[in-house]
Amino acid sequence: MRYAMAIDTRKCVGCSDCVVACQTENNVPVGYCRDWITETVDGTYPHVELELRSERCNHCDNAPCVRCCPTGASHIVEGGVVLVTHNECIGCGACIQSCPYDARYSHPEGYVDKCTFCIHRVREGQKPACVEVCPTKCMYFGDLDDPNSEISVALRNRKFKDLAPEAGTKPQIFYLI
Amino acid sequence: MKNSRRDFIRISALGLGGVALGVGSIRWAGATTLLDGEDGVPDAGMQRYPTFCEVCFWKCAGWTYTDGQGRITKILGNADDPHCNGRLCPRGTGGVGMYYDEDRLKWPLIRVPGAEGDTFRRASWEEALDLVARRLKEISAKHGHESVALFNHGSAGHHLSTLLNAMGSDNIAAPSYAQCRGPREVGFLGTFGASVGSPEPTDIRDTRCLVLIGSHLGENMHNGQVQEMADAIDRGATIITVDPRFSTVASKSRFWLPIKPATDLALLLAWIHVLIYEERYDKDYVARYTEGFDQLREHVKAMTPEWAYGITTITPEQIRETARAMADASPAVIVHPGRHVTWYGDDTQRSRAIAILNALLGSWGRRGGFYFKTAPKIPHFPMPEFPSPRWTWKDKLNGRYPLADLAVSNVLVEASIAEEQTDDKVVKAWIVAGTNLPLTMPDKEQLIRAFDSLEFVVVVDTMPMEITGYADVILPECTYLERYDELRDSPHREPWVALRMPATEPRWETRPAWWIAKQLGDRMGLKAWFNYSDYTEVLDWQLRQLGSSLEEMQQKGMMKLERASGTLYLEEGQDFAFNTPSGKIEFYSHMFEAAGFDPMPVFTAHPQPPDGYYRLIYGRAPMHTFSRTANNPNLTDLMEENNVWVNPKTARVWGLRNGQEVYLKNQDEVVSSFPVKVRVTERIRWDSVYIVHGFGHSNKWLSRAFGKGLNDSELITNVMVDPIMGGTGMRGNFVTFVTEDLGKEAEA
Repeated sequence: MRYAMAIDTRKCVGCSDCVVACQTENNVPVGYCRDWITETVDGTYPHVELELRSERCNHCDNAPCVRCCPTGASHIVEGGVVLVTHNECIGCGACIQSCPYDARYSHPEGYVDKCTFCIHRVREGQKPACVEVCPTKCMYFGDLDDPNSEISVALRNRKFKDLAPEAGTKPQIFYLI
Repeated sequence: MKNSRRDFIRISALGLGGVALGVGSIRWAGATTLLDGEDGVPDAGMQRYPTFCEVCFWKCAGWTYTDGQGRITKILGNADDPHCNGRLCPRGTGGVGMYYDEDRLKWPLIRVPGAEGDTFRRASWEEALDLVARRLKEISAKHGHESVALFNHGSAGHHLSTLLNAMGSDNIAAPSYAQCRGPREVGFLGTFGASVGSPEPTDIRDTRCLVLIGSHLGENMHNGQVQEMADAIDRGATIITVDPRFSTVASKSRFWLPIKPATDLALLLAWIHVLIYEERYDKDYVARYTEGFDQLREHVKAMTPEWAYGITTITPEQIRETARAMADASPAVIVHPGRHVTWYGDDTQRSRAIAILNALLGSWGRRGGFYFKTAPKIPHFPMPEFPSPRWTWKDKLNGRYPLADLAVSNVLVEASIAEEQTDDKVVKAWIVAGTNLPLTMPDKEQLIRAFDSLEFVVVVDTMPMEITGYADVILPECTYLERYDELRDSPHREPWVALRMPATEPRWETRPAWWIAKQLGDRMGLKAWFNYSDYTEVLDWQLRQLGSSLEEMQQKGMMKLERASGTLYLEEGQDFAFNTPSGKIEFYSHMFEAAGFDPMPVFTAHPQPPDGYYRLIYGRAPMHTFSRTANNPNLTDLMEENNVWVNPKTARVWGLRNGQEVYLKNQDEVVSSFPVKVRVTERIRWDSVYIVHGFGHSNKWLSRAFGKGLNDSELITNVMVDPIMGGTGMRGNFVTFVTEDLGKEAEA
């Protein structure tokens, strides 16, 4: 089993619903976020291109944050999901520095926090809150090992890219282009 | 403002409770620290209550979730609801912030005049309601019932409208007409005999071509429409976007036409020309359902793409190619009527051109074009007939705006300036509910004159918006998550009824609008129109008439009724009587002609910005609803201020850098109260600047929103009023940059 997410940049309008749905689902305090929107503009008026991306922890296969964690708070569970055990985290911040995606932040209560792929929902057979709420249905989540999962189908049918491939982290968030 | 009788109150003399909250200090469900790092609560462990959203006018149905302690944690969409299909937009999801906002109005406030300026004092409901009822009765007795006017937006308006109608006044206006969508309603009415309404009956779900004229779907999160547009993108539908700004949807369009601002009507007429003269229109549809084709053909004869090129800067090839793309998709094509269309004062005629284009393409009443909407018929709770008012807003038109079919808010503002009235029909008191007029209405000077002249202003709101600063009494409404309201009866493909019920008790001393209206009614001798002790009695009565009950709807949230009449689309070869003078779709409008207006749209050139000035274009951001969400902690977190978008060429001329703060000054020398950060971007034309509407709040009680960004409304002093229906055209204002630090103190 390998959980992953694909995001269709042709459909995403950058509305940030994923961000606020994550906050209300996961008690992320206002002022912090586990996912965010990135906007890239290329070209010169009127020949312009725009890409909007919903970004978050890439739940990497080769996760530097897990390797560098001195206490084992950062760990990997089923489906390759990277989690942080709050009461094992000493807040040293090494993982924050090691992450090429800037996906982690220091929670005001002292531990490091980030996207969990809403594993509490996934274990109940639901999708992550961001996927479930997205008005454009631009996000696909599922098991890469299942060829019939919606993410496997999406990646089979479309061109895609991942972010910072040069970091060698083998990220599991894919952007359909 | 000097010596004004009604000073805007901006200092919280009594500590209204506007405690500025530090980042991260709002938590709504308590910390949960679970061992393996998962930290959400499964939905099954929570209680949920049906609601429909009040953060914008789309009114998506959803569920408010509360945790084991009864605290609101999140709001999710109702999967049955065609407005949202189970997915709320960021504002709906962030609606929890409306409830948790510590800056909310908490208890009634009464104005206290003072030598150093007026202040507010806290009052009991008993005292505040007694005062409001007494003043409204006095003013009514002295100047007539009609001298009390209501400005409203959203659900509170329904209850207060009942109060006004029961008093005998029909001076009830919503800025959503003359400041927003009025022109398109009249334009479509004159063509199809039917207005567009909300939500728009655009069949984007099945369209093959969607044409957007300055409409920025995706930045305006009209939820169901955005969802259907995303589906259309998936299906490979053609999107054509006409916008001087490279909007989000422009980036997703097969054709983006970066038009010179204020020239849209020329493009529309050229498209009509191409469809007719290349014979690409829907001939059967035109023959069966329309009237005036020959006149239209003659009318647009000279309006060639080459003619439009010199006006719009869109090349003849682009105009032809896009017209053909529309024709290829016909009848599954939508030339979208837009929503906020009060731009240049000839907006009804531009909307007419859009309607005509749709008629040529045969899209009205067709799958993938416009469907025939249907609304649930909800029985009215028994009450006596309303007394007839002696006069209404219509009597104040004095021959102007003959085709206005809803109250023109700006006319009621005018009618409130006593010294300018030539008759005894004068508005003396306002009730303002859920609309922040100082940021909604253009021409602030006129608004201030009205405030100076009015004898009494009462504001019903959840937040200390700028309008509350002009109130004599402020009545704090609870948020939609804490109250019952009337049933939602919005039209759609099928008639759905939605219930809103409280998920929790109102915070502080806030109360629902139904209760406020009833309390006032009871005090004013209007009990007969409020013949219940609790609004649940009304809801249960109505729902039982529909074969359900309040108890059942509290579980289900929504119910679907049968379509009352007609079909979703025209049947093949069906005869259809349109509600126009001729019974046909009118290319040549008899209604417009009879009222003394061009029976077919004529292009007029609008002024372009003088040297060193740029057209002020404003719009929406997906995470905010005008000014009403600007203080919402969750949504402010996503976007706390607006920026002014400047093309790099323009920025180079002015030496502007990204993030630099500037003031904007308009053609009438009005300078913005606050500076705004520059965003240098290729997404905007060099002759225009763009800004998201709803920021630049000047009320310090809004601790997060105060002084953040710029209020475009205060720069809109050139108002081009549509002579047909009174819409206030607001896109003819030109601004320049003031780069020195003016250090201005905020004014109201």
